[in-house]
Amino acid sequence: MRISLRSLSISFAHSSKEKAKLLGRGGYRSRYDEGMRQAEVAAALRQVLPTECVLSRDEELRPYECDGLSVMRQMPLLVALPRTEDEVRQVLLTCRRLEVPVVARGAGTGLSGGATPHESGVLLSLARLNQILEINPKARTARLQPGVRNLKVSEAAAPHGLYYAPDPSSQIACSIGGNVAENSGGVHCLKYGLTFHNVLGIRGLTIDGDLIELGGAALDYPGLDLLALVIGSEGLLVVVTEVLVKLIPRPQLARVVMASFGDVCHAGDAVAAIIAAGIIPAGLEMMDRKATVAVEPFVKAGYDLSAEAILLAEADGTPEEVEEQIAEIEGVLKTAGATAMVISNSEAERLRFWSGRKNAFPAAGRVSPDYYCMDGTIPRKNLGPMLKAIEDMEARHALKCMNVFHAGDGNLHPLILFDANSPGEWERADRFGAEILELCVQLGGTITGEHGVGIEKINSMCVQFSDAERDMFFNVKAAFDALGLLNPGKAIPTLARCAEYGKMHVHGGALPHAELPRF
Amino acid sequence: MSNSADAALADLRERVIAAHQRRRPIRLRGAGTKDFYGEDATEAELLDVRPYCGIVDYEPSELVITARCGTSLSEIEAALAQHDQFLAFEPPTFGADPTIGGVFAAGLSGPRRMYAGAARDFVLGATLLDAQGKTLRFGGQVMKNVAGFDVSRLLCGSLGILGLITDVSLKVLPRPRAEETLRFEMPAREAIDNFNRWGGQSLPLSAAAWCAGVAWVRLSGATAAVRAAQERLGGERVDSATATTWWNALRHSAHPVLKSPSLWRLSVPDTTPPLDLPSEPLIDWGGAVRWYADATGDMTTPTPDAAAIPNIRAVAAAAGGTALCWRGPTPANGRFHPLQPAVTALHRRLKDRFDPHGIFNPGRLIAGL
Repeated sequence: MRISLRSLSISFAHSSKEKAKLLGRGGYRSRYDEGMRQAEVAAALRQVLPTECVLSRDEELRPYECDGLSVMRQMPLLVALPRTEDEVRQVLLTCRRLEVPVVARGAGTGLSGGATPHESGVLLSLARLNQILEINPKARTARLQPGVRNLKVSEAAAPHGLYYAPDPSSQIACSIGGNVAENSGGVHCLKYGLTFHNVLGIRGLTIDGDLIELGGAALDYPGLDLLALVIGSEGLLVVVTEVLVKLIPRPQLARVVMASFGDVCHAGDAVAAIIAAGIIPAGLEMMDRKATVAVEPFVKAGYDLSAEAILLAEADGTPEEVEEQIAEIEGVLKTAGATAMVISNSEAERLRFWSGRKNAFPAAGRVSPDYYCMDGTIPRKNLGPMLKAIEDMEARHALKCMNVFHAGDGNLHPLILFDANSPGEWERADRFGAEILELCVQLGGTITGEHGVGIEKINSMCVQFSDAERDMFFNVKAAFDALGLLNPGKAIPTLARCAEYGKMHVHGGALPHAELPRF
Repeated sequence: MSNSADAALADLRERVIAAHQRRRPIRLRGAGTKDFYGEDATEAELLDVRPYCGIVDYEPSELVITARCGTSLSEIEAALAQHDQFLAFEPPTFGADPTIGGVFAAGLSGPRRMYAGAARDFVLGATLLDAQGKTLRFGGQVMKNVAGFDVSRLLCGSLGILGLITDVSLKVLPRPRAEETLRFEMPAREAIDNFNRWGGQSLPLSAAAWCAGVAWVRLSGATAAVRAAQERLGGERVDSATATTWWNALRHSAHPVLKSPSLWRLSVPDTTPPLDLPSEPLIDWGGAVRWYADATGDMTTPTPDAAAIPNIRAVAAAAGGTALCWRGPTPANGRFHPLQPAVTALHRRLKDRFDPHGIFNPGRLIAGL
């Protein structure tokens, strides 16, 4: 979720009781107790870290009060800024001994509130562990500290003709450690996979201070695949201190086909037709007319504004491979009813075609005071029906929604446009978003394709998973962290929370406390 | 769900619940093609999962197949072949017809793994019948899904110790348009160097192996790309029948080295130079897997020298990898390479949570677990 600055006023509408509920806690301490606790924990941390690595004054804590989910703000008890793996371990041992919650944070760009602080917890920033430890061109690997920025990896690998494939839209700023926590995606997942497919191994610390190594430079290791479990675990299981990633050869060439469609359903069907024809494009993205109309004035990408939807399909590889695949894609799209097609003839043109897609979020911010970005995934065949359903929801909630999709993966990013200053609009946007996610689950999909659950989608988890399944998630959590100190209240909703959410459902449009935002 | 599948699942559930209540361990088994694989499991009552079978859902344009655990791999591969698709991790069959449940639970992959990915990379979702007989669904049928912990991938390769995997959803891929195999005569060291060098270039590699002085390289992809790569790499073109026989021999363990009664599998970084061990290996996965038939160097002796075992483990560990006693007498510290103590402790706690009475495949993945 990304909401522009104007909507921050919403966060102040939270009562602290509601906020406590959102963060999965019961009551809250008095200011006096909090001060005592802060002094106690700060003193303990300063035994193991230099004084300047422990932040405790309000003005020092303020920059950490939220991540990319800026409507959700919470000051942490303290911020710890360790510089080495051993210092991270000392912080964890201290917190474990004092039973203080720990929220690990990378660059704080996450969109689901995974790094929202805990009011009585330590915010553990891994930003100072930001070294590229090794680029091994022969092995095509990079060994990284968690605070290394995603894009920096590809920059460091570029002289060897290699790059790191996952490219989340925040790649300039987001960190590898955060990518591992969220199992981040990007626009090239269909062909090159998610973070999971590109991480070979990690080193990390449990809350008990045990250093564990999972995976590594060999391709398989005995035992259960704990690496798979830790990737995407949103900081609930292990604090990652080192990541070994796979680098791949940069393709010699990439070209993109831009196709227009007179009907969104035809565009959706064309996506399925490309896959059915045995083609796996490097990128396969879709934008509806509301999205192209919004972005075109700003980026001048040359989008066909008369089209109800456009598709961008990219082929990459050797020049021969690209030529062959582009011809195939063209053929399939023509049969699928494309009304016009343009193929990029230069790298500049290719980037121009992509520029609108990559700027869709900022463009939404220009045409609307606020927007709410969703992240569900559905089977591709349901793209058409989903778009029709979103149209109905627009009418029902009296809000506009722009649609940009990672169509190849069936991953949707509907951008619900609203004005937070207009009474009732945020509540309608929130309900609109929850309805989209519920429909994703009904259509055989998931509530989050790449942004994570965090706090934002914790209620929607009740829709996707049964009590028994969520219970098993808590069992997994307990196996790693018996006291529940790592990022408590995130990712997995409690039984009580789901029961309450279920009750809200029964009332449909007439929610209790409609003035309160729900995520 | 068909009535027979319903009944088969109900029966499996009943058996699991009974085992849990009586605290009587069960051994989950499909076609039994991998009975030799894993630790020497504790004696347990056999539970054959094959009655619960059939493809549940397959839509070629979604690139996903969902099947019940007892479905045979041949049935799945035949359905995929009709739409020119396949399981790109090339699951080994060991010369018979495994079930997809067994393929998933073992998590083994064939020669294409190095370039296309392993079984774990193609997992989209799985359904688990837990010790209490509850049905738990993790993951799903879509490509991108980050809701909840990734338990479906945890189950892949778990050898059934966490519960009965009843249904699996796997990502499938279109078959490559063209495929070509090249042969090069060169020593192991040079082959490993070349595999790594080529891996860093934009080439459509899909397998690279070495045995007895010959490197084998397979190219797969767009017709034009395969042709261009072949011209660039040189080597001797192998006719398609010979190529198929060769890669199938590696995939399904039909190669004489892989049939040896005493066999070690070393998983090491692919850049690892030839290891200091007394026999010559068969190298697969572009250098990342080294098979040693009888590590003592005496290929005729079925029993490896006991003193060589700590050595082979130490050699693998020094290279950053692990050594698995694939076939032959079980070493004192088990077939699988020992885990770090802290990691073993995590295994123990996960096992306790998933299977509190220890009824599922006890001892199969880790002795005593």
